[in-house]
Amino acid sequence: MKAAVGGYARARDLRHALELLSSADGAGRVLAGGQSLVAALNMRLTTGDVLVDIASLDECRGVVDEGETLRIGALTRHAEIGRDPLIRTHAPLLADAVGHIAHAAIRNRGTIGGAIAHADPAAEFPACALALGAVMHVEGLGGRRSIPAEAFFRDTFETALADGEILTEISVPKAAAGEAQAIEEVARRSGDYALAGLCLVRREGRHRIALFSVGPKPTLAAGAMAALDGGDVEAAVAALTDEIDPPSDTQASGAYRRHLAGVLLRRVVARIEGEAR
Amino acid sequence: MNEIVRDRIDVALTVNGEPVEARVPAGQHLIDFLRLELGLTGAHASCEHGVCGACTVRVNGDAVRGCLMLAAQADGAEVWTVEGLTDTGEIADLQEAFVARNALQCGFCTPGMLVAAQELLAREDAPSRAEIREHLSGNYCRCTGYEAIVDAVETVATARAGKGGA
Repeated sequence: MKAAVGGYARARDLRHALELLSSADGAGRVLAGGQSLVAALNMRLTTGDVLVDIASLDECRGVVDEGETLRIGALTRHAEIGRDPLIRTHAPLLADAVGHIAHAAIRNRGTIGGAIAHADPAAEFPACALALGAVMHVEGLGGRRSIPAEAFFRDTFETALADGEILTEISVPKAAAGEAQAIEEVARRSGDYALAGLCLVRREGRHRIALFSVGPKPTLAAGAMAALDGGDVEAAVAALTDEIDPPSDTQASGAYRRHLAGVLLRRVVARIEGEAR
Repeated sequence: MNEIVRDRIDVALTVNGEPVEARVPAGQHLIDFLRLELGLTGAHASCEHGVCGACTVRVNGDAVRGCLMLAAQADGAEVWTVEGLTDTGEIADLQEAFVARNALQCGFCTPGMLVAAQELLAREDAPSRAEIREHLSGNYCRCTGYEAIVDAVETVATARAGKGGA
């Protein structure tokens, strides 16, 4: 179908974008790469939006090494994340995730900030942000805020972003020495949304497990994390399958998704142990 | 002044090397602008939600979905369609290989396949069949011609690598 939009404006810079959003009387939608938003417009899941195109905001682009953290501009495209040497070295989870995100042509335009702000429960980058302990930097006309990933994702397509705020940057802690990061997912076809997916970060002996496509938002599996800290993979799988309650839909039953989550946990643990050897 | 345009947006871009200026509806897809306004009907509008890849065109050097980009977003962009890539001869060897391997039946997906394949070959010197499959996984062929398409792309990859190495 064709998109039905309520208007369009090109922002010159961040301040201008925020002013445009505020003048749109609640109908404003931030248009970055558009790979989810334009698809939603085409399917008429949303109509009448006033699109504020932020593509030219150069201050929201690129990856900067800040010592302890990497600061990633929200407009950095998936394909750029995939080939960025700083990301590959210090946040390899994000680089690995790119290969799972849709197809090459989508990765050429989709942005990390767009994916995180959109908060699709089946998307890879929100779960990566949660597993890595990322911090989202957002800006509104009233000022700047920094929101940890745990507080950022609230529900299906719902985040802590307030009306009129724009996600500008994401800070990711740089991987410690010997840190392991891995992502695994099961999808029906390469590039499709995952039936279930799992990110694992092992940082100084502590584990963080973030799941996607098994609930309304990316979630940390606290029980499984504690079991893995104790070195017990079987207990971690048992804890994991107890602490999630995946939905059933036309793609997969909840029970199958729960089973897949356990399979993915075993697989990802085997992978990081194999790589450590 | 209200800068939010409800209806028509001015854009200036280059398409297949030619400058184009136009006033486009706010919600018009790039693919529809190319097809309906410029008569460049090589790339096709099909699923219109980014799944099938029939609308794939090149924007600022990258293969992108023409149905997931608005014409308004193309202001200042350099756009190439299968027509332009044909005229410059850039994909002539791919097109010959598609014909030789019968890598098309109805041909509906072919322009998107060619643009996507050319992007892969420009970035990877010697992609494996698995890499070719993965890269083209975003392009549907409803005639189920994938095997021949992968053959054709592999043939060109090998031939170009041979030329480059000579």
